Amino acid sequence: MIKLSPRLSQKISYLLLFLATVLAIVPGLLIISIIIAKGKDVFFAWDFLTLMPINGMLDGGIFPAIIGTLLLIIITIFLSLPIGIGAAIYLNEYAKDNLLTRMIKLSIVNLAGVPSIVYGLFGLGIFVMYLKLGVSIIAGVLTLSVMELPVIITTSRSALKSVPYLFREASLSLGVSRWDTIKYIVLPNAIPGILTGVILSIARIAGETAPLLFTAVAFYTPYLPHSIYDQVMILPYHLYITATQIPNIGKDRIFATAFMLLMIVLTMNFIAIIIRIYFRKNRKW
Amino acid sequence: MSNIEIKNFNMYYTNFHALKNININIAEKRVTAIIGPSGCGKSSLLRSINRINDTVDGVHTSGEINISGKNIYNIEVNVGILRRNVGMVFQRPNPFPISIYENVAFGLKVNRIYSNKNVIDDVIEKSLKAVLLWNHVKDKLRKSALSLTLEQQQRLCIARVIAVAPSIILLDEPCSSLDPIATQKIEELIMQLSNKYTIVLVTHNMQQAARISRSTAFMFLGKLIEFDDTEKIFTNPSIKETEDYVSGRFG
Repeated sequence: MIKLSPRLSQKISYLLLFLATVLAIVPGLLIISIIIAKGKDVFFAWDFLTLMPINGMLDGGIFPAIIGTLLLIIITIFLSLPIGIGAAIYLNEYAKDNLLTRMIKLSIVNLAGVPSIVYGLFGLGIFVMYLKLGVSIIAGVLTLSVMELPVIITTSRSALKSVPYLFREASLSLGVSRWDTIKYIVLPNAIPGILTGVILSIARIAGETAPLLFTAVAFYTPYLPHSIYDQVMILPYHLYITATQIPNIGKDRIFATAFMLLMIVLTMNFIAIIIRIYFRKNRKW
Repeated sequence: MSNIEIKNFNMYYTNFHALKNININIAEKRVTAIIGPSGCGKSSLLRSINRINDTVDGVHTSGEINISGKNIYNIEVNVGILRRNVGMVFQRPNPFPISIYENVAFGLKVNRIYSNKNVIDDVIEKSLKAVLLWNHVKDKLRKSALSLTLEQQQRLCIARVIAVAPSIILLDEPCSSLDPIATQKIEELIMQLSNKYTIVLVTHNMQQAARISRSTAFMFLGKLIEFDDTEKIFTNPSIKETEDYVSGRFG
């Protein structure tokens, strides 16, 4: 074995580590640039975004799929956020450290790792069939919420945990109740962390297909949903069927659909970054 | 009346017997110091007097702590009112990350003691004057409390306690994160406050106990070894362990 000089081995390891980084980001950059390059013409002809699909989706636009995706995201946020934060507060602030609590915490961590198709089948069994909600927005939202809750609870708990215990003791020692301490001291200091985590996890569900496959999506609907009991089109599934099930469709339409999905996810990530920067600037400990 | 009478008091962390049959009478309106090596239970005892230790999992107690003749571990005691009467200042200055004004107002507002803004302003001014911070901060009450120096932050924490009108103030090594000059100033403040409040001071620093307290309790391994006038504890203790500790032979 040849012994390299420290200077040379430093250079080699620098190069290897740099290469690893490049390898990690190149595919992502490629995906984004190819999608933008091939999809931009259709995407920026705004008709594609604002029209209903016609002619077996060969023409028209993807408006109902955009609306469907946004609807599912927004309703899921409103449903799962309060429940998730509530559970996180209970687990972090109130629950005594006993066997039951430890088991709950362990299951939440494990639930966060369950594959999304399993949640999809669960939603089909419980919400679509047993509760007879049918394939509908509400069944899809409930399935997504069940899937997102463990993630929201986990990120919210770590945000709550990062609020120094000294603040809680200072507040309690002034005779302030536990709940008021949470309301006035813990939550205001944890909110940025909670929001950032939640928005990132929501961005993730924007691209989910598996949990919605059996619970919410329609192959094709010529109209927008009228109620939460209607089926919807969603972008990721629309992308899948246009790419695989419809022959002779213009490739640029497929790329433009991917462009739109990408824009939704990137916008949410961007919002999360803005929130984080804003609060970090005002953070004082 | 704000004397503290601790009778046959025991405290356990789950199975660990942290305080063993403590009996002590702490007189009102003076500084009483509790000294002893790390882990002797002095902080546990202090944290039992405002029941802040209730919030720690697995803590249970037996015996009595009577404040003005009433056992604070009685079932009908309102812990919120108890803690307003028995304020606490911690090792590390821990002002909330809000403005100076809001820090002092916090206990008043959240406990809904006063709602009139003029009254609250008045209490804040008095509390900040009591800790000799008013002249320094009166023009920047809306600034973040964390813009103050550590010494000023600790004064602010004392003012925050004073604002909710306690009769007893517990100090848990209040100078341990301060430099010697700041320490001296806080010590002067503590002595001054003892004219009005009953003060219990836990300290690692024996010189500090000797300088500012009138009575000193020496604790070791969860037991109260000796409690007497500070002068006697430091010059002529009756028990050998106390003598060994104050003369620096262990601890």
